[in-house]
Amino acid sequence: MSAVMITRKATRKWEKLPGKNTFCCDGRVMMARQKGVFYLTLFLIVGTCSLFFAFECPYLAVHLSPAIPVFAVLLFVFVIAMLLRTSFSDPGVLPRALPEEANFIEMEIEAANGNVMAGQRPPPRIRNVQINNQIVKLKYCYTCKIFRPPRASHCSICDNCVDRFDHHCPWVGNCVGKRNYRYFYLFTLSLSLLTIYIFAFNIVHVVLRSVDSGFVNTLKETPGTVLEVLVCFFTIWSVVGLTGFHTYLISLNQTTNEDIKGSWSGKNRVQNPYSHKNIFKNCCEVLCGPTFPSVLDRRGVMLEDSSSPTPSDVSAASTHKGSNPVSQTTKSSAPLIPNEHTPDEAKPSIGAGTQKSTSSPKEEKPPSPTSPNAVAPAVIKESTH
Amino acid sequence: MSSAPRTATERTKLPYCHESFHNLQELRHSASLANKVFIQRDYTDGTVCKFQTKFPSELDSRIERTLFEDTVKTLNNYYAEAEKIGGQSYLEGCLACLTVYLIFLCIETRYEKVLKKISRYIQEQNEKVYAPRGLLITDPIERGMRVIEISVYEDRGSSASSSGSSTTSSSGR
Repeated sequence: MSAVMITRKATRKWEKLPGKNTFCCDGRVMMARQKGVFYLTLFLIVGTCSLFFAFECPYLAVHLSPAIPVFAVLLFVFVIAMLLRTSFSDPGVLPRALPEEANFIEMEIEAANGNVMAGQRPPPRIRNVQINNQIVKLKYCYTCKIFRPPRASHCSICDNCVDRFDHHCPWVGNCVGKRNYRYFYLFTLSLSLLTIYIFAFNIVHVVLRSVDSGFVNTLKETPGTVLEVLVCFFTIWSVVGLTGFHTYLISLNQTTNEDIKGSWSGKNRVQNPYSHKNIFKNCCEVLCGPTFPSVLDRRGVMLEDSSSPTPSDVSAASTHKGSNPVSQTTKSSAPLIPNEHTPDEAKPSIGAGTQKSTSSPKEEKPPSPTSPNAVAPAVIKESTH
Repeated sequence: MSSAPRTATERTKLPYCHESFHNLQELRHSASLANKVFIQRDYTDGTVCKFQTKFPSELDSRIERTLFEDTVKTLNNYYAEAEKIGGQSYLEGCLACLTVYLIFLCIETRYEKVLKKISRYIQEQNEKVYAPRGLLITDPIERGMRVIEISVYEDRGSSASSSGSSTTSSSGR
């Protein structure tokens, strides 16, 4: 059967992707649905820097050195670039299993479980793998119909499984995962530097000007300074703290998700099998490792050939790839209070456990875990071990 | 089942090796999909991309174990090369960081280059080894690098007796 000639505009694959992402620029940009806080971040950074360039830079360039605004511009450009890169890129979303793969896994699970007596709950869907002499449990994702790779987790806000899931950051409007973690880290690092830089030169500027004109007059001449100092003061505490926290995580090769769940801490638990036991090597792997490609193929063209089920070299010829598994998804978890997934608790039989990872609503230093969501919308039989 | 035939002429006499499948085009046009086999990831070395070399029983009568293992091992080597953390990856990372990652608009990352090599390799393997046996490998990147999907085809022209697919043993044919 020959391929049907497409006469109208071709459908790109991003239009049919399940999950709660929004796409822009014909699939080039991928973000979460709620973008309000991201706009706020952008506004704060651009606004504060504009005030700095408008009020402080002319004075400092003349009285101190022209290098000061130049360096500020470079830093500002770097911050914005890293922010946009983190926000707009695919964090490492794992595509959902196609029906044949899902069935294959189901058959394997049933074969492994054997006969379950009527009325008994089937055992949890867990696969044990040995990684570097530690036993790691891989959990089954009921939404994506896959066994999650190690370190992957399902984000309830974006409704996707993300590889090496760190956390969902509302400030950048996206998940932070394998593909964009280093941009996120560079963003927080450069933002810390920028904030400290602006704060420091604000102080210098006020001091220098006050010597000439007096303190109150200075504030009258450059009212932006007050605003900048205020924003920078509060930003420094949170962003510098966050950078410090992530530096700690990187040196141990851990994710925020693992840190919150306490996967590798405590004496009875396994040690982190992914750590190289060497801070330098861990940092190098996270920051200078290879750049992973996106496996989503957002801009691929979907073929309209829906009758033949044969696979072609261009994947997902038929539109069933994008079909949402309607029955089992839990789409109703509250956006900013996702479920805390504690591996040790056995969830009650009402199926309150959903397979979502933690997402800290604020990216402050080790955020305290939010309480488990008591709402259990769908009957999901995943019980944690 | 007798032991796997060694020479090329003997292989064409395998129960399900239809001589009409000389190339991929014919495979798609004259065959119907019978089954799909999924080769899972092997996580024993961590999160690097590596597939299990365990030979699936469904392919028992379709292809020799050694050919299959060679394919998977070569793929694993390619992925290891792509994900290798060494001098070249550091250089690429640092250079990219200095140019605010704009350099990736111009040049390809090492991973993308290796993915292209993998895609060519799979195409070549499909043409030379798998299509003549009524099989087709799907590039893992199209399945999220989770599985290697091997589609098993049956000749559409053959009768329903062969619709038992490759899971049955080849005895008595």
